[in-house]
Amino acid sequence: MLQEQFSTGNSQIHRLDPRFKVVVATVYAFVVALSNRFPALIAALIFSFALVGLCRLDFLEVAKRIALVNGFIIFLWLVVPLTFAGQPLFYLGPFGVSSEGVLVSARITLKSNAILLAFIALIASSTVATLGSALSRLRIPEKIIYLLLLNYRYIFVMEEEYRRLLRSASIRGFRPTSNLHTYKTYAYLIGMLFVRASDRAERVYKAMLCRGFAGRFYSLHEFSFSRLDLIWLVVMTIAIIGLEILEWVKIA
Amino acid sequence: MHISEGVLSGPVLISGIVLAAAGTAIGLKKLDYDHIPRAAILSASFFVASLIHIPIGPSSVHLILNGIVGITLGWGAFPVILVALTLQAIFFQFGGITTLGVNTMIMALPAVLCYYLFGRMVSKKASIAIPAAFVCGAFSIFFGAIMVGLALIFTEENFLKVSYLVVMVHLPIMIIEGIITAFCVAFLKKVQPDMLPGSSEQISFAPQKEAAGD
Repeated sequence: MLQEQFSTGNSQIHRLDPRFKVVVATVYAFVVALSNRFPALIAALIFSFALVGLCRLDFLEVAKRIALVNGFIIFLWLVVPLTFAGQPLFYLGPFGVSSEGVLVSARITLKSNAILLAFIALIASSTVATLGSALSRLRIPEKIIYLLLLNYRYIFVMEEEYRRLLRSASIRGFRPTSNLHTYKTYAYLIGMLFVRASDRAERVYKAMLCRGFAGRFYSLHEFSFSRLDLIWLVVMTIAIIGLEILEWVKIA
Repeated sequence: MHISEGVLSGPVLISGIVLAAAGTAIGLKKLDYDHIPRAAILSASFFVASLIHIPIGPSSVHLILNGIVGITLGWGAFPVILVALTLQAIFFQFGGITTLGVNTMIMALPAVLCYYLFGRMVSKKASIAIPAAFVCGAFSIFFGAIMVGLALIFTEENFLKVSYLVVMVHLPIMIIEGIITAFCVAFLKKVQPDMLPGSSEQISFAPQKEAAGD
């Protein structure tokens, strides 16, 4: 159910300093999110595609993610062109398809996918553990980092716990359908999951105290900013400036 | 219940970030280092529970559970939901960096409201607690959907109909969440009442007495 399948790999992008990747992905995402002109958005999409290409990820997996995340975009395409005020482009039965609506939908589609692909290339190419220590070097409040890392650590445990509960339910003949009994069973199952989590939290915390936990986690990750990072810093800066030029300068 | 990247306008994104940061700051202040392991492990269980698909007619919906997160964690819901959304983005690429603030608000604000509106009621006797839990579950989704709608309308006035549809789509989810929250609270009242607020023990965030004494 839960995997970080994009984090394994040995491409240039995988080897970049995660601190750098987090910062550059954030800047890039905001630049694209705030762009509105088509030349800039199309360029961003192509650039993001190139980034994913350089990561040498499993193409099928990336395609699956893109398809999944575009559900909301498809919903927008179904509704926005029909409901948007503006010049009708053509008529679909009684409904006018507005050209403004089509433009807005197209803009959102380009932006959304450009940001998504860059996220896959720059963020999903690191594990949560690495990202956690990178974020802590970037002065994100420590409590958030602890919450993130411990949450991440126990998601897999809780998932296993859930599977066990579900297995024992199905051994007892539980077949989910849409009726009240199913909802009640799921609710009790979830309740049991919370109770187990609560019990486990108590044990874990005591074990941490026994081992001298004094409110600090120590990370053994050492990050270094290499020459490869420097090259990529230049590449990304040029890309971002390029997008801004396309956004703000009207090319005749 | 989240908005994808690239949909919202700059001002909406920025307001989301500012408000979510404020909520998270309050949440973190109420959450001291000793309670972080507890909050983290509970939130891991919330995360897993939110991946469960519940059948409804020919389709299925996944749970959001922000109502129950709210009544068990109070303001702690802000940092916990922020972290859960971050993990969701890393694992599944749902949501993302620019929308993190808005999406946190969409789920965490209803959660905190649920804490204040229903927190007391769920620890009363069953005839009050169970209906309150149902309303809590349904309200958290409804209010969240309204927030999604507002974020869309503030981005672009012409998104009015889209927003309306978003709220309508969430109506069946509201009912399912209500039912699940009601049964879940009934279960917790029997099995571990101290996870709910207002009970005499109230361990959900209080320090572990034995641990502190050691």
